[in-house]
Amino acid sequence: MIFGEFTAAAPEITLLIMICVVLIADLFVSDENRIVTFWLTIAALAVTAWSILATAPAARTLLFDGSYVSDALSQVLKLGVVGVVAVGFLYARDYLRQNALFKGEYYILGMFGLLGMLIMISANSLLTMYLGLETLSLSLYALVAFDRNNADSAESAMKYFVLGAIASGSLLYGISWVYGMTGSLQFDQIAIAVQDPAVNSMPLWFGMAFMIVGIAFKFGAVPFHMWLPDVYQGARSSVTLYIASAPKLAALALILRILVDGLGELHEVWQGMIMVLAVLSLVVGNVVAIAQTNIKRMLGYSAIAHVGFILLAIFTGTEQGYAAALFYTLTYVVMAAGAFGVVILLSRKGFEAESLVDFKGLNARSPWFALMMLFFMFGMAGVPPWVGFFAKLNVISAVLDAGFPALAIMMVLASVVGAYYYLRVIWYMYFDKAEDRSVFQAGADTRLVLSLNGLAVLALGVFPGSLLALCIQVIQAVN
Amino acid sequence: MDLTQNILSLLIWLPIGGGAALLFVGDGGDVLSGRARQMRWMALAVSVLTFFISVPLYTGFDTSTAAMQFVERTSWIGALSVEYYLGVDGISAPLILLTTFITPLVIIAGWDSIKSRPAQYFAAFLILEGLMVGVFSALDGILFYVLWEAMLVPMFLIIGIWGGERRIYATIKFFLYTFLGSVLMLVAFVYLYNKTGDFNFFSFRDVNLSLREQQLIFIAFLLAFAVKVPMWPVHTWLPDAHVEAPTGGSVILAAIMLKMGGYGFVRLSLPIVPDGSEYFAGMMIGLSLIAVVYIGFVALMQKDMKKLIAYSSIAHMGFVTLGFFLLWSTAGGSGAELGMTGGMVQMISHGLISGAMFLCVGVLYDRVHSRQIADYGGVANTMPKFAAFMVLFSMANAGLPGTSGFVGEFMVIIASFRANFWFAFLAASTLILGAAYTLWMVKRVIYGEVANKHVADLVDLQRREFVVLGILAIAVLLVGLWPAPLVDMMSVTVRELLFQVGQSKLAGL
Repeated sequence: MIFGEFTAAAPEITLLIMICVVLIADLFVSDENRIVTFWLTIAALAVTAWSILATAPAARTLLFDGSYVSDALSQVLKLGVVGVVAVGFLYARDYLRQNALFKGEYYILGMFGLLGMLIMISANSLLTMYLGLETLSLSLYALVAFDRNNADSAESAMKYFVLGAIASGSLLYGISWVYGMTGSLQFDQIAIAVQDPAVNSMPLWFGMAFMIVGIAFKFGAVPFHMWLPDVYQGARSSVTLYIASAPKLAALALILRILVDGLGELHEVWQGMIMVLAVLSLVVGNVVAIAQTNIKRMLGYSAIAHVGFILLAIFTGTEQGYAAALFYTLTYVVMAAGAFGVVILLSRKGFEAESLVDFKGLNARSPWFALMMLFFMFGMAGVPPWVGFFAKLNVISAVLDAGFPALAIMMVLASVVGAYYYLRVIWYMYFDKAEDRSVFQAGADTRLVLSLNGLAVLALGVFPGSLLALCIQVIQAVN
Repeated sequence: MDLTQNILSLLIWLPIGGGAALLFVGDGGDVLSGRARQMRWMALAVSVLTFFISVPLYTGFDTSTAAMQFVERTSWIGALSVEYYLGVDGISAPLILLTTFITPLVIIAGWDSIKSRPAQYFAAFLILEGLMVGVFSALDGILFYVLWEAMLVPMFLIIGIWGGERRIYATIKFFLYTFLGSVLMLVAFVYLYNKTGDFNFFSFRDVNLSLREQQLIFIAFLLAFAVKVPMWPVHTWLPDAHVEAPTGGSVILAAIMLKMGGYGFVRLSLPIVPDGSEYFAGMMIGLSLIAVVYIGFVALMQKDMKKLIAYSSIAHMGFVTLGFFLLWSTAGGSGAELGMTGGMVQMISHGLISGAMFLCVGVLYDRVHSRQIADYGGVANTMPKFAAFMVLFSMANAGLPGTSGFVGEFMVIIASFRANFWFAFLAASTLILGAAYTLWMVKRVIYGEVANKHVADLVDLQRREFVVLGILAIAVLLVGLWPAPLVDMMSVTVRELLFQVGQSKLAGL
């Protein structure tokens, strides 16, 4: 490869070069031809995906003095984020064009966010992690505020920025304590250092608690979730799709790298904190979602509830649990992308389909996309045969295996509560009469990909075996 | 492909595939379009074909063995040791036949009366049929659970889209009630999986469990199955769901979905947690008797025909659970076998009779658009053929000898006599109560003077309706007069089951 000794970091390097190419090319593209930028962006993502596959090292490889790692987990997660970002760009294309937001900067910011996620996923030191996180976060703040004439967007961007800065500060503060105690920023060296009982003591735990606060904020776990519903609602739907999907995978990398790779030894210390976060997220997310009338806000609370499941899988501290968390996050991201894809599909010039009642009578308007939305909703509710069921099953199995039957029972009861608000979307789509009969304006390629997205949620539910085996294999390779 | 090797898969996937094709083609949103008519015929063709494919389950069934027959087994999800494991025995084969028998009748019953989105309607029933066959033939916990839950989705849509006034309330209640009941069963499955390493029902059956574990697992199963049966006091979703569902939905609910609860008790609760079942048997008998007596009184008071039949279903299903849980009180001997067989026969019989009763109400509802008993009277004068059928099915519902309703109830009553006089006394009260609520309804609806103009304008059965009710009438009489083939099919399996239940799991600990 042309990158020589840095071949293992090829995805990030490739993407950065491609971003620069798109940035310069976009200068020469007029507003009418902005579609060129879009296709260049898709091409850039395709090249990045190819470089992930083509340069994947056979074994775990460390780079840059051990602050960067490329392993099986990073490849799976990177392919996931690149794919989801590309799909999100496609869903958003016609929507952006109708709302006069079809600008090159949107794609540049989106790709910089992606670069941040790739760096987070491959981080092997606390500083690399922080670097990736900030690259992602700054892009997200700007994306949320992208529609500058929209007061809601501006407000939610401000809220996101201020709260995000606090969370980053908390994370950095925690990092400094951990560095002070262990004398290293690298996860594998931290893992060695904490075996010393003198290091594994209250000051280290204190720092770790601050890091967990930062992580919980990025994940949107209760009680650090306040920004999430407002940002989901305030941002334009295409941006909400972006925030709701790929960054969850990056956040999973964040938690797996820090708490498992670095501080795995302290499992018994962080277990309790993660459990509290998880249980609160499950309960608050599911209960509050019932009261929502805005679908973006409802899906925001539902995301909080899903984070509860992911955190409970991490909480177990077993390989089975980590694999379950990986499977859950990957499949959740696919469902979330599809659900917001339908929200975007229903929107058009000057009209955001963001109220639940906008889904009324969708079955009469478009039986096919109503069926796809039904797949996403039942998938998220965890009803078989959609993939969300197996995601939940894995977590329940891991939690039971770790010896916590009460938590397993709480999880299933929380999903019953959660089923109600997903059912309500289906009820509006199927049982009520349409009030709006306008025709969808999305292109044929968008419709095709959205359909494939829906069918994937069903197909992965009927044949979850290979993805599950992949997740288990990846987690075993890391440990 | 050798048909006899894959018959169960075919019975599951043919209707599901047919339903998916119907959904994909659609009806263009117009009932009268040529495409909508073609879809109707296609749905009927698929369901009739499914029925014919299921016939070898009876003709090729080996009644001399309790082992699983028509077995299919391959790995499904390797990482979790989940298998695609199907098979039938004397308990499940009759229920599968009931499913494939009822579905074509339901499709014919909805022929003209479905005015909106017919393709989706028929597709929902076909998919439901495949899933129900799957539930009765699955021998792997996850496969069973997936099909069991997936079944809720088409029924949720059937009630919600084509139901009556309060359909949304009824269908959400139906979904959440049954979903809540089932999720704990999943936890129990996963718990057992962590002990055995796979989800195979036979591994579950062979693993040793402490009494405490068995009690908790029994409760988890009980919630799932008691809601489905439904047993008092978790029956309240049923009257709402039945009343609001379209005729076809009520028929499938009463005839087949309720049987899944009973089936779950014999397939899972009794063999997997025998000591837990024994511990709770007294409570189960008590709840069953409350259902028989108390719900019988409730039925007596109903003004809505569908509600009356719904409550009568709960009372009749009480016999099923009573029969299943008598075996520890009968002190061995043939009483246990009689109770168990009686419960099973009652499930099949109730499937036929309640289905027929709901179809009869559907016939009236299509014409008058009312389910209130008070809106009718003297229907026999204008619809003599219909009246004959309605009276026959009502007699069967009341347990008249010679009809299928008599066989199962009588067996369970005899078995309960062997157990305890008072059990039998209360159970036998159904012969009076059942006759009272059913025949009183018949008297008010069918007999007497022509009550009003609507009744005077009634037109007797069309050929289509006549065929459907006629087929059901033959089935009801056949099972009533000659139950031997049905009982033979079950007997070896029932004996094996009783043997399994007798094996305490505590000894191996």
